[in-house]
Amino acid sequence: MSDPNRTRPDYYAIAWRLPLILWQGLFFIGPLLFMVAMSFFLVKNYRMEAAFQFSNWERMLTRGFFWDAYFLTLWLAFLATAVTSVLAFPASYFLAFKASESTRRWAVFFLIIPFFTSYLVRIFAWQVILAQQGVINAGLSFLGLGPYQMLNTQFGTMVGYLTLCLPLAVILQTFALANIDKRLVEAAHNLGCGRLRTVFTVVVPLAKTGLVVAAVFCFILSFGDFVAPYYLGGSKPPTLSIMIVDTSKSGQQWPRAAVVAIMMIVTLLVVAFTAIGFAYRKRGK
Amino acid sequence: MRDDRLLRWGLRIYTALVFVFVFAPIVASLVFSFNSDRFPTIPLGSFTTDWYVKAFSNPEAWDGALRSVIVAAVTAVLATAIGFSAAYTDYRYDFFGKKAFLILALLPPTIPLIIMALAMLGWLSMFNASGMTLSIIIAHTVLCAPFAMAVIRLRLNQMDPNLEPAAWNLGASEWVTMKSVVIPFTMPSLVASLCLTAAVSFDEFAVAWFVSGLNKTVPVVILEILTGNIDPQVNAIGTAVFLVSITLVVIAQMLIMGRAKKADHA
Repeated sequence: MSDPNRTRPDYYAIAWRLPLILWQGLFFIGPLLFMVAMSFFLVKNYRMEAAFQFSNWERMLTRGFFWDAYFLTLWLAFLATAVTSVLAFPASYFLAFKASESTRRWAVFFLIIPFFTSYLVRIFAWQVILAQQGVINAGLSFLGLGPYQMLNTQFGTMVGYLTLCLPLAVILQTFALANIDKRLVEAAHNLGCGRLRTVFTVVVPLAKTGLVVAAVFCFILSFGDFVAPYYLGGSKPPTLSIMIVDTSKSGQQWPRAAVVAIMMIVTLLVVAFTAIGFAYRKRGK
Repeated sequence: MRDDRLLRWGLRIYTALVFVFVFAPIVASLVFSFNSDRFPTIPLGSFTTDWYVKAFSNPEAWDGALRSVIVAAVTAVLATAIGFSAAYTDYRYDFFGKKAFLILALLPPTIPLIIMALAMLGWLSMFNASGMTLSIIIAHTVLCAPFAMAVIRLRLNQMDPNLEPAAWNLGASEWVTMKSVVIPFTMPSLVASLCLTAAVSFDEFAVAWFVSGLNKTVPVVILEILTGNIDPQVNAIGTAVFLVSITLVVIAQMLIMGRAKKADHA
């Protein structure tokens, strides 16, 4: 729309481009690149010194405790992703296919609310609910059951991850399912395809991209969360995120924490790209 | 079909259970905040406002609240301005490197906060800029700008692409058109973006915890109380914070939904 013969630069266009480039370049890309550099720095007398040494990498990657935490975190995040996706699906299915337009709108509205309530306060509430003398165990004792140890177990961590991921998973899955062509579902029914079979052979493949995107977000959120494994999972053994907190908060070992962080980002990139590649792969090829 | 009805009810009950799970902690913290027991269980203890009294007489909480409000307000303005410029650029221009531009615009929410916190701490410390209220604002603007961009971009989708050229034909310059056509058109989304980004900033704790030093915001105060012990004060503070956030979100939602309805009629 600008004059093609104009030789002076289009200041107007540049003016709208610059704020994002400058701010995110300086305060988003800058910190991330610096973190890579920081992973080669040294810490002497609690002060970080610029250097180019592999000692932090060596120290972290040759120790069993790092890899224990790594695989634990990976396992927990995959488990959370699977559990969230499966638990969210029937609800999303209901909202997308069986609920009215206005019910769906209200449901999404309510599911957005948790994002704006303090995650910490919700985790604290779970701490009290799941405790040995807490609401659930008190309820179960009326039935003559329990008490069950729920805090400081992987179950506790999962409850935390679900608190974090479930609302988002239902929202994204509902959008994915609502967008598929309903005539294809009806066609499957008319051709005598059973209900469950229709879900797995028609609905899920059609909504694959959106379902995978929802799962990827669950993975990212639970992989990086330190609150659920710390306050509900008991922090022992630590996950990678807890390791970052511990190493950087005590002893000022920022470079070692940076090593953990970089390993996490690389893992997230690999998982995300694999999943997205899978989501967009053409069927039948 | 009886079968179908059964399935529908099954799914309805299941969906209701999902909502129960999602809202259980929110409702519980509200209930516990008025409950006299330090370790609440059923049956509940007696009604009390002690935790609110305790929370409201906690100078650290007030200090944090004031700082949170300042951080949220400044962050909201900065993030909305940056988000608007990015959304407008995406709406109007196609240029070499636009893909990279969009990736830069939308990437921040995919990086775990704890990693952003560490990276930001290292980077800002290098410039001796960590441990200040300003450090939190800088970091929160990075995190919030993508949300602002998304909200505003949706609104720009509804703008007729001929609207701007029409104004230019009538003799308005690009800047004047921006001021008297584009900005008024996007105004509901700008307000929605201000509310949403303020709410995001108001609840963010990981990055704030790392870069704030001694200048704690409310979520950081909550985090430190949690690390100490079971203290129902947290429920009282949390409920107060919830009221602030939810007001902002409801305003934003009303603006977004209201405009969606208008678009339906158009």
